Amino acid sequence: MSDLLLLVPFAGVILLNLVPKRARAAAVWIAMGILALEVVAAFFDRFAGIDFSAFAPLEKVFGFHLATDGLSGLLMLCAGLVGMAALFVARKTFDDANERFFFANLVLVALVGINGISMVRDLFSLYVFVEVTAVATFILITAHRMTGTMSDRAFEGAWKYILLSIIASVFMLTSIGFFLLSAGGTTFDAAKTALETGTPLAWVAMALFLCGLFVKGGLVPFHGWVADAYTAAPAPVSVFMAGVVTKASGVFALLRIAQMTLGGAAPGREILLVVGAVTIVVGAFLALTQTNMKRMLAYSSVSQMGYIVLALGGDPAIGILAAGFHFFNHAISKSQLFANAAAIEKELGTLDMDEMGGIGSRMPVTAGTSAVATLSIAGLPPLAGFWSKLLIVLALWNAKEYAFAAVAILASLVTLAYFLSLQRRVFFGKPVEKWAGVRETAPGLLVPAVALAVVTVALGIGFPFALKVLLGGGA
Amino acid sequence: MIWFTLLLVLLVLAALWASMATALLRATLGLALASALLAVVMFGLGATLAAVLELSVCAGLISVVLVSVTSLTAPRSLKEALADRRKRLRRMWPLPFLLIAAGVSLTFVHAPVDIVLRLPAGDGDVRTVLWSMRQLDLFGQILILLAGVFGVLILFRKEAK
Repeated sequence: MSDLLLLVPFAGVILLNLVPKRARAAAVWIAMGILALEVVAAFFDRFAGIDFSAFAPLEKVFGFHLATDGLSGLLMLCAGLVGMAALFVARKTFDDANERFFFANLVLVALVGINGISMVRDLFSLYVFVEVTAVATFILITAHRMTGTMSDRAFEGAWKYILLSIIASVFMLTSIGFFLLSAGGTTFDAAKTALETGTPLAWVAMALFLCGLFVKGGLVPFHGWVADAYTAAPAPVSVFMAGVVTKASGVFALLRIAQMTLGGAAPGREILLVVGAVTIVVGAFLALTQTNMKRMLAYSSVSQMGYIVLALGGDPAIGILAAGFHFFNHAISKSQLFANAAAIEKELGTLDMDEMGGIGSRMPVTAGTSAVATLSIAGLPPLAGFWSKLLIVLALWNAKEYAFAAVAILASLVTLAYFLSLQRRVFFGKPVEKWAGVRETAPGLLVPAVALAVVTVALGIGFPFALKVLLGGGA
Repeated sequence: MIWFTLLLVLLVLAALWASMATALLRATLGLALASALLAVVMFGLGATLAAVLELSVCAGLISVVLVSVTSLTAPRSLKEALADRRKRLRRMWPLPFLLIAAGVSLTFVHAPVDIVLRLPAGDGDVRTVLWSMRQLDLFGQILILLAGVFGVLILFRKEAK
């Protein structure tokens, strides 16, 4: 049913635009329905063993060269859950009906891009779908321009994102040109063969493609745009972007390349280990120094992306699984934290942590769910993040990369430090007088936070089952 | 041969226009034109797959992205634009000479090139390449254009009001 995973969201975009203007309020619900279908398809097709072959005749219409596996199922599951969370947040934070309508449209366009990224087996097609996602996201960042409320900062964030995106495109297109010359094609198989035969031009091409993906994924030293873009974007866009867009277009694509073309080759592994470790450390220390909540979350994302890349440099037998599992956990927890940030911004009107304090007693659900997400990302048992970090360390240990395993463990302590600092500054400590009237946010904003926190806890407690379905799904 | 020479000259001129233009929209048009001309040259040389990829990138990606960026930037006054053009001319004048020098030097380089780009299936027929081999990319390009349309609707909405 791979073709349908592209065609159904695309049909959804067309459907949204056929709805009469006065019924545009339904756009968010229609988009949510399509995302729910995606969750069902991804989960039941890949992980619950339900046969979808009844849809096979529909694929003959186009016959795209696509394939699904456990990893693609994981990304699609992630995209569906995070997309729904973002739409819930959009319902409560976008006051303008047109903003909600265009947001729903662009989420579906980005969803086609993400699904494409998950299923393609060709470098050029991968590039095209990465660009689909990037263009949709760039427009999403500037969504407030429609109501005339876009700040200079949002403009700067969008500008940086698009400029660095173009630089990434240059890297990737040059790489594709070199692959055409050295491998005679751009399929993953052709690239793998060229790399295995040790063609120098193929390795230059691979290095350039990886650089492009490092930019898209916001990895050090190409992380400059991440904090500005995440902070500048409207709240639901931050949820969607931090949760799935950056991960799909940068880190998931890297995961796929590592799995299908590098195949554990030494030069590729070394690049991934070094970039991963540097990204973890730089991201963590930058997060530690932030006073704006969204900026701290953005740098934390940079650091966690480093863990995924580091895992790819470990033992391939565990590394791909570890990277995939951490990818999923982090996407869920980080979207949830951005949903928490949206709730706080809506109620307090600020995200400056120095101005906050003691709001945990006034917003207990927001505080509780954010504690779950932060502890999971920091790697505390029995939450989902603990298991994925454990798998990462095991992958490095098995590959005899002891120093990198130590970096992964020690950086977790820094993660715990900045997240405890966030909890203390925002939710605990002495209550600040001016927030005396603050109450818990609207249920519409709590639903995504609670649902995603439940996923984190359930995955942590049910880890043996999760591992079994992940392995069964071929991740 | 004369056609190739003419196309290459036009390609260089379009690329120079893209570099020298003071307005982003014109630079985008110059870039799109240069890219289209390059694709024609590639078709002429039998590199159909590369030409399709080039056209695909040119039409779908760069143009939409740059038009979106253009829409975000404030238009400048005529005076500012003229001043900037003079500055740009002062800065960029060696560019055409560098280009010519590079072209002339390359004709004297006899580097052994043993790379042969294999022709795609279907005898490199552009229709086969587009509709059979790169169908998925074509779908992706349609989506990028669709996103571009949403971009224009959103970004220009405020101005329309």
